[in-house]
Amino acid sequence: MNHERYDDTYIRGILDEVKTIAVVGASANTVRPSYFVVKYLISKDYDVIPVNPGHSGREIAGAMTFASLTDIDRPVDMVDIFRNSEAAMGVVEEALELDPLPKVIWMQLSVRNDEAAKLAEAKGVKVVMNRCPKIEYARLCGEIGWAGVASNVISARKPKLQQGFQRFGINRHTKAGQ
Amino acid sequence: MSSNQPGFSTLAIHAGAAPDAATGARATPIYQTTAFAFDDVDQAAALFGLQAFGNIYTRITNPTTAVLEERVAALEGGTAALAVASGHAAQLGVFHTLLQPGDEFIASNRLYGGSINQFNHSFKNFGWNVVWVDMADEEALKNAVSGKTKAIFLESLANPGGVVIDIEMVSKVAKAAGVPLIVDNTLATPYLCRPIEHGADIVVHSLTKFMGGHGNSMGGIIVDCGTFDWIASGRYPMLSEPRPEYQGMVLAETFGNFAFAIACRVLGLRDLGAAISPFNAFLIATGIETLPLRMQKHCDNALAVAEWLEAHDKVEWVQYAGLASDPCHALAQKYLPKGAGSVFTFGVKGGYEAGVKLVSSTGLLSHVANIGDAKSLIIHPASTTHRQLTDEQKTAAGAGPEVVRLSIGIEDVADIIADLEQALAEI
Ligand SMILES: Cc1ncc(COP(=O)(O)O)c(C=O)c1O
Repeated sequence: MNHERYDDTYIRGILDEVKTIAVVGASANTVRPSYFVVKYLISKDYDVIPVNPGHSGREIAGAMTFASLTDIDRPVDMVDIFRNSEAAMGVVEEALELDPLPKVIWMQLSVRNDEAAKLAEAKGVKVVMNRCPKIEYARLCGEIGWAGVASNVISARKPKLQQGFQRFGINRHTKAGQ
Repeated sequence: MSSNQPGFSTLAIHAGAAPDAATGARATPIYQTTAFAFDDVDQAAALFGLQAFGNIYTRITNPTTAVLEERVAALEGGTAALAVASGHAAQLGVFHTLLQPGDEFIASNRLYGGSINQFNHSFKNFGWNVVWVDMADEEALKNAVSGKTKAIFLESLANPGGVVIDIEMVSKVAKAAGVPLIVDNTLATPYLCRPIEHGADIVVHSLTKFMGGHGNSMGGIIVDCGTFDWIASGRYPMLSEPRPEYQGMVLAETFGNFAFAIACRVLGLRDLGAAISPFNAFLIATGIETLPLRMQKHCDNALAVAEWLEAHDKVEWVQYAGLASDPCHALAQKYLPKGAGSVFTFGVKGGYEAGVKLVSSTGLLSHVANIGDAKSLIIHPASTTHRQLTDEQKTAAGAGPEVVRLSIGIEDVADIIADLEQALAEI
C-alpha cells in the first residue's frame, strides 16, 4: 500500500463502508479540529464515538465519550486517531485487540506511523495516514468547494443532495483532479 | 472513476462545475441571492462557527462564485482560492491578512501603474510600507530585506512593458527571509505560467483581464498555494494567533494548507466587504472555459504584430519578450514557453504628437484603458493613464512621449496589422 498518495476510490470506498467511527483524542473544546471532525461526521449520519479518558461519561457534540477503545460497548468499523505520530502505535495496538477487528485505521493530518500501519495491514485492516476524514468527505461530496477549496475532483454527475441544509453525500462517479 | 490527472483544458471547463445538485442544470446556475434560508439554528450556528461547509450570505460565500474559485485554484495548482470584486481588492485582501501597521513589504518596481498607486498611497495610510526594488538586480533585492519585511510581491509578466521576472531567484530570497512570495499572474494567466511551480506561495489575479477574457466583468482572485507554514513562522498573527471572534480558533491550525484563503475570506472579505457579484463570477468562469484557446491565439497574434512592427519604418523600438531581440527573451522562454502574452509597448517615431495621432486613427483597435479583452486595444499612456506625471516620471515608468501600449486580441491577425498599417500611415 502506497501511503504517499491515495486513490479517491480507496478513500470513498472506506467512507462509504464504515458506519461506526471511534475518534481517539476527541476534544470537547468547540474550536479544536477534533471537535469539528466529530461534529461533521455526526452530521453525515455516522455513529461517532469520542474516546477521551478525561471526558468519559460525558458528551462531545451530543455523542457519549468513552475512556478507551476497549471500553466501547459496540463494534467499531473505523478508528480515527487524533494523537501524535509516536502515540499512534499504542492506539493501533489497542485497536488490534478489539473483537471484531475494526475495518479501518485512520490517522489524522500530520499523523503518520508506518510501523503501526504495517501491523494493522498484516491483520487485513485498511490504513489511511496523514489525512482528515472531514476534509476527504467534503472534498469527495463537493461541499468543500463552497469554501473555495480545491476538491481535486471533477464530475459530470450531480452531487447527491441529502436531507437538510446544503448537504451532499459522497456516492457519485467522479474523475480525480490534480 | 479513474484517477488519471485531467489536463489543463479539461480543468478549465470542469473544475468546480458539477451539474447543479438540486436541478441537474448543466451550466453553472447564477445564484443571484444575498442570503440562504437556514433549516434550523443549530445548522446556522455550525456555519457561523466555521464548523460546517455551506453558504450563509453572499459577501462571504456564494455557490456560483465558488465554481470560479475552485476552477482558478485547480488551474493554478493551489489548495484554495477567494474571488473578490477586482484585482485591487485581491491585493488589499492579501496584504490585510499578512501585514500589521509598521510592517514592510518588498515590491518589484515593474508593476501595473494602479498597483504602484495602491501601494504608495492607500497602503501607506494603513501603515504598510512598500520598498521598491528592481528585481533584475538580485543584490539589491537581498539588501532590501529587513527585520520588518513580511512579504515580496511581483508580476510574473509585468504590465505594461512585458518584463519577465526571474521568479525562482526571487523565491529563493523570499525563502531565505522566511516570508511568502506573492505573484500577480494577471498578464500571463496559468495557461502560460504557473508561479506555484517556481516557488510562489500566494497568487493573485485581476480576473478582469485575460481570465474573464471578454472585457465585460470586474473581478479578482487570491490563490493559496498551500506552501507556507504559518505556524512555524509565527510572524503572521491573523493566521497563527487565536481569533477572539471565533472563540479562540487558530485558523492555521484548523484549516492547515488552505488557511490563508480561509483567513482572507472569514477575516478580510468579511470586514473589507469587496465581494464579487455572482453574475460577474458566472461570466468570468464561463470565459475561463476557453482560456487555453484564447491565450494561445492572443500570443500567436501578438508575436506576429510585434514582428511586423519591428520591421516598420515609423517604429523606433518594440519591447515584447516574445521577440528574439528582447532582453527578457531568455527568461520568457523559461517561464512562458507557450508565448509571452499579448500586452506590449512600442515607440513610435515623432514622439507625443505621433502617439496621439496613432491612437486617434485606428478603426479596429479600441482606444481604451484596459487590457486582456478578446478585442485588440491600444492606448498612449503619456496622454492618458500617465498624464499627471512629469516628463521624467513618465519616462521612468515606461510611459515616455513616444510609447504606445497594445493588448492584442484574437481577431484575424491580418486585420489587426492592416488597421495598424493604415493608422501609422496617418502620422
Ligand atoms: C497586472 C495587473 N494587476 C492588477 C490590476 C488591477 O486589477 P483591477 O482593475 O481588476 O482592480 C491590473 C489592472 O489593469 C493589472 O493589469
